[in-house]
Amino acid sequence: MNSREICLSGTGVTKVFGFGNNKTVAVNNVDFNFYSGELVSIVGESGSGKTTLIKMLLGLTNMTEGEIQFLGKPRDIHNRSKKKEYWKNIQAIFQDPFSSYNIFSKIDTVLLDCIHMRGGRGLPKQKKIEMMEEACRFVNLKFAEMTNKYPFELSGGQMQRLMIARIFLLKPKILLADEPTSMIDACSRATILDMLLNLRNEIGMTIIFITHDMGLAYYISDTVYIMERGKIVEFGSANDVILNPQADYTKRLLHDVPKIHEPWEFSKRRAVVASESSV
Amino acid sequence: MKNTFKQIFRTANFLIGFIIISIVLLFITIYPIFNPGNPLRMIGQDSFTPPGTYFSLYDSLDVSHVYTFRLEGADDNRIYAKLSDTDREHIKEWLLLFNDYDDIFEIRAEDIDLEDTEGLLGLWWEHFDPEVRFDNMTIAERRVFARLDVNMDRLFDFYDKEVWMYNPESGESEYLKSVGTLDYVNVSDVANVRILPLGTDNFGRDTLKQLVSAIGTSLMIGLIAGLIATGLGLLLGLIAGYIGGIVDDFIMFFTNLFTVIPGIVLLILISYSIGQEHRGATTVALVIGLTSWVWTTRAVRAQVMSLRNRDHVNLSKLSGHSMPKIVVKDILPYIASYVVMAFILQVSSGILAEAGLSMLGLGPATTESATLGLMMNWALRYNAHLSGAWWAYYPVILVIALISFALNMINTGLDRVFNPQLRG
Repeated sequence: MNSREICLSGTGVTKVFGFGNNKTVAVNNVDFNFYSGELVSIVGESGSGKTTLIKMLLGLTNMTEGEIQFLGKPRDIHNRSKKKEYWKNIQAIFQDPFSSYNIFSKIDTVLLDCIHMRGGRGLPKQKKIEMMEEACRFVNLKFAEMTNKYPFELSGGQMQRLMIARIFLLKPKILLADEPTSMIDACSRATILDMLLNLRNEIGMTIIFITHDMGLAYYISDTVYIMERGKIVEFGSANDVILNPQADYTKRLLHDVPKIHEPWEFSKRRAVVASESSV
Repeated sequence: MKNTFKQIFRTANFLIGFIIISIVLLFITIYPIFNPGNPLRMIGQDSFTPPGTYFSLYDSLDVSHVYTFRLEGADDNRIYAKLSDTDREHIKEWLLLFNDYDDIFEIRAEDIDLEDTEGLLGLWWEHFDPEVRFDNMTIAERRVFARLDVNMDRLFDFYDKEVWMYNPESGESEYLKSVGTLDYVNVSDVANVRILPLGTDNFGRDTLKQLVSAIGTSLMIGLIAGLIATGLGLLLGLIAGYIGGIVDDFIMFFTNLFTVIPGIVLLILISYSIGQEHRGATTVALVIGLTSWVWTTRAVRAQVMSLRNRDHVNLSKLSGHSMPKIVVKDILPYIASYVVMAFILQVSSGILAEAGLSMLGLGPATTESATLGLMMNWALRYNAHLSGAWWAYYPVILVIALISFALNMINTGLDRVFNPQLRG
């Protein structure tokens, strides 16, 4: 938040799946401005189009309509070399660590690919190993134990940490984290979040964090975007949005966050839902 | 990987199939070493020679070392062998007629055992009477029985046989040697011996030798057809599934076109239009391969479509891998087990398709090589089943069944390892 430079912005971003009667609008005319160095959370329930938005930001899915600007210029990823250049700056961590890795390639390959992507193909072997060791040390893994293993031989938390090691090697400007902690138990979750935040401080990148957990979003983020059925219904600084919500959907999401000290009143919740649906 | 192989070789189904195929392959590699030569050479003048060991009668007379044996039951065997099947039938016929004629004598058809030579001869001598005249019997028929009675006595003539050789120079026959009942020669001393474990076919060709070469040719046809069908299906499926869009539409249009036309009809039409002279084994394999890629394409396409949106493929894209590398490293390994299984099934169905085509007379040209289907076609065309020549078609049927059984067993064995949910 030191500089208010926009690193990624979009206007009228829309994604439609299917056509005719089967048409589903996954992302509906979304505008956003992500500033450099910020940690942005995109919050919404499942099916609200978060992941589709992420895929479009990454350039893995084509937009139906709209424009995305990267570092102030319209994004140009129409051929492979341009895409590769783009992906040096923007990387992602996916939700399910178990399906994120090719089960046929070893951990060394995963990390080596990152070094090669940063132009380290010609480096001596010893230097590459040192880099991989450093990356593993950063995420509290021992490279000596990782080498020559397959990703599926690790635990879910270890796999997700390896994912962060990958980002450590790639040093992108923007990281898109698609619910990286949702498949992991609560203890590992804190570790992984800490690592992500450390990494952010270390290389000064922008993190776009996708989650459905309002509490988590409040805890870590500078800016929060709330998505409902493909639309952004509210955005602003974390304090504004979560402590003083304007949109009904945000209020409902906040209401659904379980609070440890209060008994969870099911009937009250149902009343809220009923009043909403009648509106 | 090593673990998977271990698991595969512990699956009973796979093991059974693998052992059968290995034995077949071993047999067809080793047999030609011991019995070399062209498998389509006509060695016999007769058609459908029964299985057995054949040695030259001429050469057996020239064997210098003659052994003497007094074997128990040798005379009995000689009598059994001399009494021909037709003679046995005649004896039975006479006994049944006599049963109707004579009030005291009673015998039922079931009680007469044609194999029991001693019993038959006993019955004959006890009851045969040349004076008996049956009703409605011609003189010729009566003479048959009279001749049979005389021949019966000859069964017991064990005189030495003399061999004379005709000398064309002097125009006279010269006495060579005499052969007694106790004289034996060792078969290995005879100059020309041929073992025909499955006899000969209608053209007088060694059936086993032909079968061995036919298994080889048929397996090759199946292999080529399977490779073409799987390769084509894999390529088109990968392209259609991964690229999608208009390319997918175009490929699927052709695939659907081929799905709608029944494969066997297409196969028959193409085989017929190529013509008899140009149809070698390779051509037939090509035709079978080019008509059976459809289902592989559809299945591979479906699998690739579900794979291409997986996170590991996305991660590979984000790591800057090129499309061919992603297809080879991130998609192919995931469908490899399926493709291997599809390939095995294609080989099996290729062999069956060849057998079917050849049975209809649309197989490879008959003069070049034998295939399993062609052997069936020959057996069918020359009425092997009417001549009782089981050796001309039973082994072929058995081999076809065995090979497809083994390949299917291998397939289900692999299926159990790669799709453990299906294990029931």
